[in-house]
Amino acid sequence: MITTDILIIGAGPTGLFAVFEAGLLQLKCHLIDALPQAGGQCSEIYPKKPIYDIPGFPEVLAGDLVDNLMEQIKPFQPGFTLGERAQTIEKLEDGSFIVTTNKGTKHHAPIVAIAGGLGSFEPRKPLLENLAKFEDNGVAYIIKDPEVYRNKKVVIAGGGDSALDWSIFLADVAAEVTLVHRRNEFRGALDSVEKVQKLKDEGKINLSTPSEIVGLNGTDVLESVSIRKNDVEELITLEVDNFIPLFGLSPKLGPIGDWGLEIEKNAIKVDNTLDYQTNIPGVYAIGDVNTYPGKLKLILCGFHEATLMCQSAYQRIYPDKKYVMKYTTVGGVTGFDGSKKEAPKAVVKAIE
Amino acid sequence: MTDIKIKITDRDGVLHEIDAPTDMNMNLMEIVRSYELAPEGTIGICGGMAMCASCQCYVTSNHDLPEMGEEEEAMLSEAFNVKDNSRLGCQLHISEDMNGLEVVLAPEEG
Repeated sequence: MITTDILIIGAGPTGLFAVFEAGLLQLKCHLIDALPQAGGQCSEIYPKKPIYDIPGFPEVLAGDLVDNLMEQIKPFQPGFTLGERAQTIEKLEDGSFIVTTNKGTKHHAPIVAIAGGLGSFEPRKPLLENLAKFEDNGVAYIIKDPEVYRNKKVVIAGGGDSALDWSIFLADVAAEVTLVHRRNEFRGALDSVEKVQKLKDEGKINLSTPSEIVGLNGTDVLESVSIRKNDVEELITLEVDNFIPLFGLSPKLGPIGDWGLEIEKNAIKVDNTLDYQTNIPGVYAIGDVNTYPGKLKLILCGFHEATLMCQSAYQRIYPDKKYVMKYTTVGGVTGFDGSKKEAPKAVVKAIE
Repeated sequence: MTDIKIKITDRDGVLHEIDAPTDMNMNLMEIVRSYELAPEGTIGICGGMAMCASCQCYVTSNHDLPEMGEEEEAMLSEAFNVKDNSRLGCQLHISEDMNGLEVVLAPEEG
């Protein structure tokens, strides 16, 4: 069981900044995120795109913003449960919560702050009949253990970085790798495109473009796929053991939608007059995942919401303590790791 | 202020004839959101970067629309339910040439 003061669901910019504000109040944080890395949309969808409305940054790349936030919260030693999706919430008698992930990891905290953005990122599944039947029987959307594909015949579909990178990687592992894409052009790092070209020329990757997988065949497990090549009427049947569709990820609100929270327009309703608390006392929602009159889904608004949430969380945890907000310039930043940052003292010296 | 008329068929098949401003730097995805013709969170998920296909629509009138950029083309090549007349709403900047445009919103992806 992981225990912490504030359990943050979602490690995007809002969730990360909440760690900093909580740290100033000496509250510890732990973050859960379905993605394998921190940063949320900034890392997953647009790491190389610039943002122009972060106060004080005329221009910052989304990926750099995440790196900076990680650096800023480092002294507060946040814990991370990455690659797992928050699944269930249970309220204990003392008012604290246990949140369990889809992999069974349990987290215990008096405060839960949902900073889930648009939801957890789930693989986009191609629209194929009997796709569900072959899931885990030859079809997988995420490659967890490449050894599974050793000496197997594998077909990968997709035109982005992950399709390219896994084709390259599996070319050395699998008996046969076929990459199917709807177009001749791939959207990926130039280096990856060139590598696939080379492997194709060497006969280590079979490339099928422009074409599309239109059918899955097999009695119990996947035995072959049907490929339609552009402008060719007859379908090609390719014998395979595994089909890995890599069409990227799309966000889904997911299990949080069943937690008994008040939902409006696919977002969680919160009290914006005070502290961004939801209809469940002790559960807050901050950033893109919440809604209230006048809501704007902006990173800078998420930062503000995170800050007020932490103040309210502090009062819930320590109802008897009086807290007076202190500027970081005055109080400095004292990390849980023993580090201390503070403004240099002014020189006081007489001029003779 | 100059408005144009656009006919948008939503995902439930309901036709909406709406006014779209040409002077507010809006795209078709934003028009759909401003009139709430699709639930929030199901359209414009990436915010208009051509990095998801949640604003895909089918253009059913004979308008000469600006050509697809590389990003739009790449995204549509990986989207589902794509047809020859598919476009990403977020890449269609509202302009006076679009007066009378007719589009049908593509179904939401699974």
